[in-house]
Amino acid sequence: MKKPEPLIFELSQPGRGATAQHPPGVTAELPQRLRRRSRLPLPEVSELQAVRHYTRLSQMNFGIDTQFYPLGSCTMKYNPRICNSLALLPEFLGRHPLAPASTGQGFMSCLFELQEMLRQVTGMAAVSLTPMAGAQGEFAGVAMIRAYHRARGDTARNEIIVPDAAHGTNPATASMCGMKVREIASRPDGDVDLAALDAALSGATAGIMLTNPSTLGVFERNIVEIERRVHAAGGLLYYDGANLNAILGKVRPGDMGFDVIHMNLHKTFSTPHGGGGPGSGAVGVGPRLAPYMPVPVVSKDDGRYRWLDERDLPQSIGRLSGFMGNSGVLLRAWVYMRILGAEGMRRVAEYSTLNANYLLARLVEAGFDAAYPGRRASHEFIITLKRQARETGANAMDFAKRLLDHGYHAPTTYFPLLVPECLLIEPTETETREELDGFVEAMAAILREAAADAATLKGAPYTLPVRRLDDVRAARQLDVAWKPAAA
Amino acid sequence: MPYIPHTAADVRAMLGRIGVERIEDLFDEIPRALRVDALPGVPPALSEMEVSRLAAELAARDGRRLNFIGAGAYEHHIPAPVWQLVTRGEIYSAYTPYQAEASQGTLQIMYEYQSMIAALTGMDVSNASLYDGASALAEACLMAVRAHRRSRSARILMPVTVNPAWRRAARAITEGQGIVIDELPYDPARGITDPKALEGHAGTDLTALVVPQPNFFGQLEDADALTRWAHANGALVIGAVNPVALALIAPPGEWGEGGADIAVGDAQPFGVPLSSGGPYVGFMASRMEHVRQMPGRIAGRTVDADGRTGYTLTLQAREQHIRRGKATSNICTNQGLLMSAATIHLALLGPVGLERVADACLARTAELVSALTSIGAIRCAFAGPRFHEAVLLLDRPVAPLLEALASDGIVGGHDLSRDYPELGHALLVCATETRTAADIERYAVSLGRLLGRAAAA
Repeated sequence: MKKPEPLIFELSQPGRGATAQHPPGVTAELPQRLRRRSRLPLPEVSELQAVRHYTRLSQMNFGIDTQFYPLGSCTMKYNPRICNSLALLPEFLGRHPLAPASTGQGFMSCLFELQEMLRQVTGMAAVSLTPMAGAQGEFAGVAMIRAYHRARGDTARNEIIVPDAAHGTNPATASMCGMKVREIASRPDGDVDLAALDAALSGATAGIMLTNPSTLGVFERNIVEIERRVHAAGGLLYYDGANLNAILGKVRPGDMGFDVIHMNLHKTFSTPHGGGGPGSGAVGVGPRLAPYMPVPVVSKDDGRYRWLDERDLPQSIGRLSGFMGNSGVLLRAWVYMRILGAEGMRRVAEYSTLNANYLLARLVEAGFDAAYPGRRASHEFIITLKRQARETGANAMDFAKRLLDHGYHAPTTYFPLLVPECLLIEPTETETREELDGFVEAMAAILREAAADAATLKGAPYTLPVRRLDDVRAARQLDVAWKPAAA
Repeated sequence: MPYIPHTAADVRAMLGRIGVERIEDLFDEIPRALRVDALPGVPPALSEMEVSRLAAELAARDGRRLNFIGAGAYEHHIPAPVWQLVTRGEIYSAYTPYQAEASQGTLQIMYEYQSMIAALTGMDVSNASLYDGASALAEACLMAVRAHRRSRSARILMPVTVNPAWRRAARAITEGQGIVIDELPYDPARGITDPKALEGHAGTDLTALVVPQPNFFGQLEDADALTRWAHANGALVIGAVNPVALALIAPPGEWGEGGADIAVGDAQPFGVPLSSGGPYVGFMASRMEHVRQMPGRIAGRTVDADGRTGYTLTLQAREQHIRRGKATSNICTNQGLLMSAATIHLALLGPVGLERVADACLARTAELVSALTSIGAIRCAFAGPRFHEAVLLLDRPVAPLLEALASDGIVGGHDLSRDYPELGHALLVCATETRTAADIERYAVSLGRLLGRAAAA
């Protein structure tokens, strides 16, 4: 274990500073009554101290660049470095978002082309790039569904149907839009229960939110029938793009009959996850919802690009950000898509699916249980450790923590909620067969260890900067900000 | 195959292990009628060299100009270490720290960031970021409705001096939950919220008052008086603040008697380039009593099994992955990379550096206003103290002038005619520590020439 890294505040000495970063001192006039009274308790450290501190902190992280990171539903694939380099070109970086459109035609052409490419790969009628993360894309989608029904005077439609396997953002989004959530069960084979769907559909149905392939790691085989029934009941279909990686270039949500989708550009289109963002949750819409898209949207008239705003789209659900969304993320996605091209898109789905099915087959050979045996894995799959937990006492959390000691980031644990002791594993297309084999060996070793010495497993990890943390204490004795010692 | 490492031998071996013949067989559960065989609208692949050339050409077409716009996004010097550090793979390519033991770097940075934001705003607690300032304001309105124990109205008073884009976003994001936003007019002489406008609301059921500081015009509001009025009338106070200004001016935690209840803003001025509009980084801080109503991730300090200090995500019962439909917000991914940039930026500036930046912003803007108003035919719209922006009134439409200035290599400010038509030909200008005396003179000369007048030296 490395020695603990103090807080930056604990390195501080009065009178020290990274003075090359300070502008010359000037005196500014400001009435005393408006001035800050308390001193500013920011750290006073040298530039080298800061660089060393944050370099050391970075070394306490797992990342895709250092470890296999099979975090299910998060699509932790290689983030090509060139996407970052080109998004950081000084002209793109230095441009103020409110500068005249005439000074941003190059930048806007990239965004327009991105809109068009995303429209093509999803089969939708139009795309708005402005939502700043998947959850904001979901918000935009449900807000559009709501606006559509209201514009038609269909004001009784205030329910959103969500399968029990859904990501937590789906029901949270429905609530945020003032909708009631109706959860429906999945069948033991992973598909939506059509009888439960029928029972949930009514004149109050605004829409259904679906991820396909679902978070259970399988393609919803009844999608055509679901689409028919929901539309017949007057509802609309929302596609959660969390798993778009699995079908990119093979199946398009628009062709499945979805009215609106959000895409996680930080998953499928490989923009970085950054330790928790920035994401980008571009939305695609069918013809019915096109008038309601969030603004701004890039348009091209007579070879000139301009932003469409509320004046151009008077029925828009409005604006969701201060400017035009996470532009720098959009540029990274544009670079990625241009390098992949049409054929590269299809290969994303093919090789991510190949890797997932291979890894599943090997883990089953190694003695693990697939949660949905007999089903084809999509780009991810679930194994359940229910049997191992019963036999050895070591549960999914213990396996996850022990994997960290083997140098692998843990898969998603305990999600989806309906599968007991589950690991949701998504290898992505950018991993080699050797890396997947190494992961299987680690899992097999942990399985043997669970049988022989479950107590060791329950104490893992042992080789990281810290061992298991006391989450209960963190919540009960809340310490979320450093405070200077009283003088 | 870009970024796909499989050899033909790998594919054969892997398919054999799965027990299928072709990759296509792995898609056999998808109805055949739904499958597509081509994506005709997507251009063919480019090599890294080709896409680099293309991007460089597009960027060169946009060029670089001397910038005098603020209006919610501010150009500041960014220390070189900031982006060299945050683009290290361990930060750049990690995700939300669900596995705390393998994410102590990100978690400790979150804790340091929260500490810095709490210190700057004078509040007790901060979350680990929201998307941007506009969406943070919307989340603050939703949070105020949850946090207010007595108010039933879900009514928010919103000065017209709040950034118009933020007001639009707040409306769009809160609308579904039946929140009412009543706008408050400003005093035309001083460009700050008119205390008389508040009187009509006294004694009514109010949830919160938003106090922008500095406001969209760059003017400094009487935050103390507004806070006292709100608290006397049973409303919470949401401060919408520029974080650089807080080095100099009273932070929300010092307003009125007990301070504001929630503080939000955009931390973009800390290490985040203008980058054509994003990604930026929204911040939110509050009093401790409201922490359970706060949206977004929060890192907490705790101990591990051996009693060593460590960091973990805490109060997760507020969040969508636990609480689902009853979560405080649907937010999941936030702005981790930019949060890290802001933290490193603040560590490098320290208290002295940040105060100097704030002083320089104030001084440079005063010089800019003086230089431009001395041209003639331009006057300052509002009297009273301001931070690093000012509204100028011209004798002719602003948009054509801005286009002409752009041809001269100058981005001259933000045209207010759409959002504030009552001001006439109004231009919002900004100067930060990055603008020199020579830059300001160049702007004044160029604008003077366009207006047919010589700038006074």
